[in-house]
Amino acid sequence: MSQFLRLSRRGALAGAATLAMPAIGGAQAAPVKVGLIHPVTGALAGAGGRCRAGGLMAIEDINAAGGIKSMGGAKLEAILGDAQGRPEIATQLVDQMAEAGAAGFTGCFASALGLAATQAAAKYNIPFSIDSGIADAITTRGLKNTFRFFPNNSTATADAMAALGALNKAAGSPAKTAVIVHEDSEFGTNSVKLQAAMLPGIGIEVKALLPHATPTRDFTNIVLRIKAEKPDIVLISNYENEYVLLARTLVQQRVDLVSTFSISGGGFNLKFAKEAPTVAENMIDFNHWHNPKDPRSVAFRKRVEAASGFYSWEHPFGYFAVKLLADAWERAGSADKERAIAALNGSTMADHFMPYGPTKFTNGQNSGAHPVALQIQKGDMTVIWPNEVSDAKAVFPRPKA
Amino acid sequence: MLEIYTAALINGLLIGGVYALVALGLTLIYGVLHIVNFAHGSLLMVAMFAAWVLAEKAGVSPYAALPVVACGMFAVGWALYRYVIGRVSRGEDRAILLATLGVSVVLDNLFLAIFGGDTRQIEGDLTFAMWEVGPLLLAVPKVIAFGVSLVLAGGLWAFMARTDMGRAIRAVAKEPEGARLMGIRPERVFALAYGIGIGCLGAAGCLLLPSFFVSPHVGSVFVLVAFTIVVLGGMGSFPGAVVGGLLIGVTESLGGLVLGESLGPIGISLVFIAVLLLRPTGLFGAAR
Repeated sequence: MSQFLRLSRRGALAGAATLAMPAIGGAQAAPVKVGLIHPVTGALAGAGGRCRAGGLMAIEDINAAGGIKSMGGAKLEAILGDAQGRPEIATQLVDQMAEAGAAGFTGCFASALGLAATQAAAKYNIPFSIDSGIADAITTRGLKNTFRFFPNNSTATADAMAALGALNKAAGSPAKTAVIVHEDSEFGTNSVKLQAAMLPGIGIEVKALLPHATPTRDFTNIVLRIKAEKPDIVLISNYENEYVLLARTLVQQRVDLVSTFSISGGGFNLKFAKEAPTVAENMIDFNHWHNPKDPRSVAFRKRVEAASGFYSWEHPFGYFAVKLLADAWERAGSADKERAIAALNGSTMADHFMPYGPTKFTNGQNSGAHPVALQIQKGDMTVIWPNEVSDAKAVFPRPKA
Repeated sequence: MLEIYTAALINGLLIGGVYALVALGLTLIYGVLHIVNFAHGSLLMVAMFAAWVLAEKAGVSPYAALPVVACGMFAVGWALYRYVIGRVSRGEDRAILLATLGVSVVLDNLFLAIFGGDTRQIEGDLTFAMWEVGPLLLAVPKVIAFGVSLVLAGGLWAFMARTDMGRAIRAVAKEPEGARLMGIRPERVFALAYGIGIGCLGAAGCLLLPSFFVSPHVGSVFVLVAFTIVVLGGMGSFPGAVVGGLLIGVTESLGGLVLGESLGPIGISLVFIAVLLLRPTGLFGAAR
């Protein structure tokens, strides 16, 4: 059975209109097919689905605005693929979509999927715009077809430490010691190595590293060990389920902390803020977010919330991954692979509301891309660092319980 | 240090109570009826989502919702066996296994389509209620789950040992043809017993939700542990499910403390192997 679907509601409408009316103009420009590869079933389905939704919104907007104008108003047509959280499926989807005429790909939420899919797409030299997948290796393997508008892991970790250092210093350095809790696979272990090496540089001593398996069903023991170490802050690197359990147990066991801090915290989102307000309040995460001072971001968030009720950073990721490709086709005046890749390399896309500035690609990585420090305050997501884009003052240290 | 070990021991007992809750329904379905119920985790997920929807959308506490969800899950289990598993399998073990696997796949994806893949939780009146025992803080929702699992185990044991229906279930499980000759209709008894087992999951879902989370994949977090407990405690033994649950909970907790949380789960496998080497029928299993 085919693992992907072709979707173009506007294409269908256009087709119906063509049948209903006599031809009054020249030939309709051939659509440009975009392969959207995400895990929309399995454990990563939620985040993958949001990336896909963002990508489809971009296609809808581009087509509504007249398509790719330099290509005679060519409309974008989505080819949807479910990678199911499995790299081998992501690879198969690339092959199937290439066969179906995809001129570009976006995806794949998870780094493991992105690594596999970009490599497969490189065989065809079809441009691939990464929408989420933070692993540095996605753009450091020399694949000429792969571009990432968003930040990589090295940037995220270095920025996160700078943010934590700045927040701590501004508050009079109340945080002098830390315990790091992390999941024990590649993601958590590698992130923690970087963090542990950088924390002393901002004046924070690491008292203990506490790894845990995924799944972990109970965090009481880990929290008891945190209590025994008496750290000022707890750094968290794990996935969604374990994140929410640990956060709740820290409150239940009345651990006295200056703050909690995570980098790309698995469970740190607006749903968490709404469903667990007591736990989530004042937690800090260093993550991707739009520039809240840009009015377009406010309108975009409202639009997503009206459609699905829940907004997350995956929506703009999916959205701008497609926009990046469309911008390249617009500049190139063609969906030709070589010309599109050349256009991406020279891309200076500034029509976006992420806090990045115009795009500037170095070996496929947008060098201006940076995450921000987020804090849940009064049940909503606020940006607390850097100052240029912040919309709230940091609560650091957090009030005593 | 002694304080941490004591806390880990007590916490292990409380977690074990939660595991026992999930295993109680399975010991009836798997241990007594010998149905390898691959849908057990998915049906736990359904129960937890039912409790979550009632809490989030109607403001009903999971504890207040327990009777409704348990009865609802009984009905779901009964209907599943009567109209799907029983009909598809026609009594063949291999077909039952595939039928429950199919039910599991359908339920997982149905709930994924309805609720998405996100992790959901609730904050209720008791979420942060802690019982202070000396220097230890025990989460009240876990203490409640622990207590209910003991009561439920006792109730199920009494039902199976002392009632005509319990005897009928055991008779059908042991010798269906003989039971049929005595006027018992095996298909009806199987559906009823399957319903009771899934009804237990309804109770477990309500008691788990205040201290855990729910997502379409939450069942997989518990189901392997539940199968381990049923075999460890002795197939079909309700006291065995409770003692097995507590043993696994304590092993996991102390194992995590001694070996680290990454290596801690190894302890479960070691205890499982050791118990089966010494008592092949499990802790409370009847000799064959």
